[in-house]
Amino acid sequence: MTFLDACLYSVTGLLVVFFALVLLMCIIKIMTAVGDFAESRKKAVPTAVGGIPAPETKGESFVIQQTGPWAPGAAGEVKLYDTDPRTAAMLMAIVADELKAPLNELRFLSIRESKED
Amino acid sequence: MSILDTLGRLAQTSGFYMLLDDWRQIVMILLACLLLYLGLVKKFEPLLLIGIAFGMLLTNLPGSHMYHPELWDSYIAGEITLTHIIHEGGLLDILYIGVKSGLYPSLIFMGVGAMTDFGPLLANPKSLLLGAAAQLGIFAAFLMAIGIFGFKANVAASIGIIGGADGPTAIWLTSKLAPDYLAPIAIAAYSYMALIPLIQPPVMRLITTKEEREIKMEQLRPVSKKQKILFPIIVTIFVCLLLPSVAPLLGCLMLGNLFKECGLTDRLSDTAQNALMNIVTIFLSTSVGATAVYYRFLTPQTLFIIVLGLTAFEFATVGGLLLGKLMCKLSGGKINPLIGSAGVSAVPMAARVSQLEGARANPSNFLLMHAMGPNVAGVIGSAVAAGFLLAVFGG
Repeated sequence: MTFLDACLYSVTGLLVVFFALVLLMCIIKIMTAVGDFAESRKKAVPTAVGGIPAPETKGESFVIQQTGPWAPGAAGEVKLYDTDPRTAAMLMAIVADELKAPLNELRFLSIRESKED
Repeated sequence: MSILDTLGRLAQTSGFYMLLDDWRQIVMILLACLLLYLGLVKKFEPLLLIGIAFGMLLTNLPGSHMYHPELWDSYIAGEITLTHIIHEGGLLDILYIGVKSGLYPSLIFMGVGAMTDFGPLLANPKSLLLGAAAQLGIFAAFLMAIGIFGFKANVAASIGIIGGADGPTAIWLTSKLAPDYLAPIAIAAYSYMALIPLIQPPVMRLITTKEEREIKMEQLRPVSKKQKILFPIIVTIFVCLLLPSVAPLLGCLMLGNLFKECGLTDRLSDTAQNALMNIVTIFLSTSVGATAVYYRFLTPQTLFIIVLGLTAFEFATVGGLLLGKLMCKLSGGKINPLIGSAGVSAVPMAARVSQLEGARANPSNFLLMHAMGPNVAGVIGSAVAAGFLLAVFGG
């Protein structure tokens, strides 16, 4: 093989590697975009989790509508203002942990995001 | 027969007597001991180097008959079959069947896949470009092997793959293209991988400015479980369709990764990354070391391979860094070019070097996760390059 042939093979090889990895990059980007789109749709249409009905959006607040029997240890409804159920659950867990009290012994009436003007 | 005759015959059949036949056997035994020292004391890739060195020691002990290169020559020439090798060969001949068939490197890749987190790569897909740029070392060494040292194309391709900084890939390709050179190429690849913390930093400091090294990168976005599960499946389909010759390596890498990510096959993932990987490492390292038979290893070509291997690593580092600099400019200084040098596979050593150099320039700099993206991209890139070289020079 001549040096010129070797140069051609080298350039072709490097191009093939770039082509394969650029192709993968594009696929990952498409995969990410599709995933993000699905995620945003999921957030826009709340779904039921663990048997608890999905929260309905009423203006800026979530209201949990209880239709079935309460879970053991449940203490009624909690009203959420500008707070999603996931964040609310984390906040309640943090409060219970800080107070060193079991979560089912605490009563939360509402959780509201405080906003700075 | 007198006692003296018996003792005389015993002495003549002993290895000590046969050692005097050729001084190169003694050199190889000393070299094996040196490699054992590097693995045991200096901790240069001990998991592989100790096995390779011991295989080298065993094969060069006269009279041991554990490995027969002439049997493999006949096999390659089509004069005998594997059955013949199993009947006539020694222990290391039988173990070498796994190398020759490409079994061991592929199984090692399965373990590597089971241990690899492609999350940083998925979080920043541009890392793939850095992984591709770092394959410059492979083709630069290939060119030099042909242009300067006059190696044949298939041997030059095997030497070039050292620049991929990936032991299993180097062994896989060399066992198919240039089996006579397997030992020097594997030893060069693993030795330089161990020396990455010494090889890369001077080049990194030479090519990048202090301001570039100080750049702090934004935190990577989180990657969903679903993406991590889909990734190995998609990569396998697209890359193996593009380059079918790379399917054994890449397929096993991605299968191992799927075991890890799907969350349903923890036992298989555990086996792939521990028990299986360890067993195959023992077989692979000793049988590769066994190919270092004195009359094939002690040649000027071995020295050329050592030199070319180092060149390949340097060029690979330069390739990644140069593209890193370009991406740094294009992104308005958001990408630290140091992560480019991690494109030379060698997971996670090269990423650690990027982290250390970044932290040296700016102690509050944390580049490790950013560098892991190009690092794992380098594994895929070097496998693709190996697939290309096999497709072109594999006959």
